[in-house]
Amino acid sequence: MHTLPSITELIDQLTAQIRPHVRPDTVLVGIHTGGVWVAEALHARLGLLTPPASIDVSFHRDDHHLGSGLKAAGQVSHLPDDVAGAHLILVDDVLYTGRTIRAALNEIFDYGRPARVDLAVLVDRGGRELPIAATWCAYTLQQPLPASQSFNLQRDTNGELNFSLSEK
Amino acid sequence: MTTANPQLNDHGELIHLLSLEGLSREIIHDILDRAAPFTAVAEREVKKVPLLRGKSIFNLFFENSTRTRTTFEIAAKRLSADVINLNINTSSAAKGETLLDTVDNLAAMQADMFVVRHASSGAPYLIAQHLAATGRNHIHVVNAGDGSHSHPTQGLLDMYTIRHYKRDFTGLTVALVGDILHSRVARSQLHALVTLGVPEIRLVGPKTLLPAAAARMIEKGPLRVCHDINEGLKGADVVMTLRLQNERMQGALLPSPQEYFKSYGLTPEKLALAKPDAIVMHPGPMNRGIEIDSAVADGKQAVILPQVTFGIAVRMAVMSMLAGGSQ
Repeated sequence: MHTLPSITELIDQLTAQIRPHVRPDTVLVGIHTGGVWVAEALHARLGLLTPPASIDVSFHRDDHHLGSGLKAAGQVSHLPDDVAGAHLILVDDVLYTGRTIRAALNEIFDYGRPARVDLAVLVDRGGRELPIAATWCAYTLQQPLPASQSFNLQRDTNGELNFSLSEK
Repeated sequence: MTTANPQLNDHGELIHLLSLEGLSREIIHDILDRAAPFTAVAEREVKKVPLLRGKSIFNLFFENSTRTRTTFEIAAKRLSADVINLNINTSSAAKGETLLDTVDNLAAMQADMFVVRHASSGAPYLIAQHLAATGRNHIHVVNAGDGSHSHPTQGLLDMYTIRHYKRDFTGLTVALVGDILHSRVARSQLHALVTLGVPEIRLVGPKTLLPAAAARMIEKGPLRVCHDINEGLKGADVVMTLRLQNERMQGALLPSPQEYFKSYGLTPEKLALAKPDAIVMHPGPMNRGIEIDSAVADGKQAVILPQVTFGIAVRMAVMSMLAGGSQ
């Protein structure tokens, strides 16, 4: 079984990697739901001026045919008013197939043409199905996690984040 | 084919939207929940999402309706579907082709969905049954109004509007005012309001415009009939006015439009009897000076134009639920 460093270590590590590259007007964009929590934690540490944005990728998912129709009701994306020309950092908890990131990029471009988009994730579990890589990653698994398992980020009532490993 | 509800598949999922009758409170809330994120699509630079990319949606309008057809078309286009509008009045039906032959021909053109408006009650059911009987359940049917039977997407957008302004259905007093007899909108609204648990629903209108069936339902449900509009509006949270449907009336059900306005037209004075924060709805098109006074239609309490905007999001939700997967 894989054990991850503590959440605080992971977020501190990611913050240290990102810090040299942010400008005052850089916008963090958390991907619902786990990525939003991570973006909030990073935002507090980086002291950015612009509040973190959030993005929901339901409209751009590519796996609808695997079920029948649009599954659960999505959240609403909250992106900055002027995406055009902005420096965005997409934030997610776990990077896996890359399909969520592909969908998030499509969603962003529905709002405008950013100057630059980076990707920051806490954990890269391997198993990519698209040519996508994180700009910054706090922890990369040596061996890809088996498809039957997944890391789930949870937030308790005190706002504390926690990873758990679950078996399908 | 003879399952209890032809709208649902074996897993209880929606495959057609034919009527709100027989849909559970959970399904209705689910549709409204899914509609909410779609309201934001119109505010983007690109007002399109790819959920129905590559799907062909045929608007089959055997009866004219500019607004409903347009909102269905916009909804389908914002989902990236290809929309084909057929004005059947002026095409093959006029040459004598039957409804089901028309459907078979369009199905042979790889249709994914039919949006059907027809003057005969039950026409969308007939199409759905025909598709099921011929093993083509992957083609979806949305009822865009059939005769005086049902107009489910209008009923849903009305529920979305009420939920948007009032949050909760279970404490509301809702007044439906006007031509309930001829109104498929009223029928859909009633089914939804009862299903969503509205405790008091008042049917307000002259005896000649209230269906006999309503009188029978009164004993059981939350329905109350009021022939006096003042009594009907007192303390209401939601006032849903209905269009006087002259085109569907046969015989003299009313003395005159002026007389009707005097008794049942929604004026500021009459509206003052409802709660101060009551909302006023109308499915359109409005007959100003007949069922609604301009001062009310353009007033602060009217949410008639938001209804139109919400209607697009609700239709996007319905269409993406039905055809969002290629199965």
